[in-house]
Amino acid sequence: MNKVGIAAYGITPFSKEDKKIENLLMDSVVDLFVKNPKIDKKNIEGVMVSTNNNSKYLGPIVAEMAGIQPKTTISIENLCNSGTNSIVSAYSYIASGLVDMVLVSGAERFDSPGQILDWDNSRGQFKHPIFWASLFTKSYKNHFSVSDEDLAIVSVKNHKQAKSNPNSLSNKTFSVEDVIKSKQITEDLRLLDCSRSCTGSASIVLASEKIMKDITSEPIWISGIGQKTTSAGFTKNNSFHSMESTKEASNTALKMANKEIKDIDVVELHDAFSVCEPMALESMGFSDNGKSMRMIKELHQTDNFKINPRGGLIGTGHPLGATGIAQTIEVVQQLQDRADSRQIDNVTTGLVHNMSAAATSSTVLVLEK
Amino acid sequence: MSFEENLSKGQFLIPKCTQCKKIIWPSSDYCSYCFGKIELKKQDFEAKIVEFSKKNDDYFCLVEIENSFRIIAKTYQTPTIGKIVSISKCGIKDRDYFFEIN
Repeated sequence: MNKVGIAAYGITPFSKEDKKIENLLMDSVVDLFVKNPKIDKKNIEGVMVSTNNNSKYLGPIVAEMAGIQPKTTISIENLCNSGTNSIVSAYSYIASGLVDMVLVSGAERFDSPGQILDWDNSRGQFKHPIFWASLFTKSYKNHFSVSDEDLAIVSVKNHKQAKSNPNSLSNKTFSVEDVIKSKQITEDLRLLDCSRSCTGSASIVLASEKIMKDITSEPIWISGIGQKTTSAGFTKNNSFHSMESTKEASNTALKMANKEIKDIDVVELHDAFSVCEPMALESMGFSDNGKSMRMIKELHQTDNFKINPRGGLIGTGHPLGATGIAQTIEVVQQLQDRADSRQIDNVTTGLVHNMSAAATSSTVLVLEK
Repeated sequence: MSFEENLSKGQFLIPKCTQCKKIIWPSSDYCSYCFGKIELKKQDFEAKIVEFSKKNDDYFCLVEIENSFRIIAKTYQTPTIGKIVSISKCGIKDRDYFFEIN
């Protein structure tokens, strides 16, 4: 299998802008090519588009708009982890030797149809994500004697970290009291516990080891990939206070990278709602079950940005098709020592966790210098 | 009649595989274990609240049916975990299923 790495990225600020999906995709594609003049468009052999938007034929459309004539074009939709699924697809094409360089571009509009999984009728009339998130939160709080105030720290921390991210939707800091007093969405969920659907775009170029040295002096290698889908329907989850798919995906990715969880220096994880951060940390093995709020509090109190340095989904916003790519870009920037005021010291190994539909599907990537 | 045709008339039937006899949820044309055909059984079944939360005045409950599958159902009564309930109302509205328990 060919070694595969990330050669370049482009990203634009997340917003509530009303813009056509094709133009949105191009925003980060153009940012990527302008900032990486060594990448010759003629050598892009694959264009992969990650989005939940209903527009058709977006791979060829982006290729045409960018002046690329690739061998392969595809669109990838897997709800909220479309982005990392696209990266894994690009990796697979390159690792197999079919192509040497792929452009992956993800984008979403604020009004994405990917927020609701119409098929999942087990949820009855409660199909909006706030309902599964409320049940996760209630289950997690009851099982581990965690309070609303404890969970509010996730939002406080990630909004604080997002303030150092020029691309984030949020530019405000909040106290635990602010979170608790924010609009009550359900008995177990407040507005500031929720990531917000928004408009955003992120692009990345993956390349084989063979051509990498010609296009960048700072490649970041994908050393581990783990994916697991346990079901499509939320109610098929075996546990409502842990993430089975995340646990399996994380174990697979770490094994492939020949790493242990203690080797991970920085993490971007899928905090769609406050409770998702402790659940994901525990499922990946950063802490025993029910104990990770202690770790999160300590990280917050010491201004340690190890978990979700860009502000996670809660602080940065959640443009579904772009999210996994934006998470990956953050870990790449951390590994390249280019994360400005968010930079963590001595980063050699990073991890991306991106999931869909109440953790029914998870992707975990391990990245290294 | 299909599961949905029955549901739209307020009847909640249990989908079972004609070959392996397992309950298959959500109802489908084929069994997800053995690809056998599915039949709909009109039978008494046990429904139990396994988790719940509340939005405004409505509780929404995760309800486990026959120790096999789960749905999210609405109730106006204060729920408790482990409480045995029955489906008092069900149907399809604006293409979405709805379930109420008491």
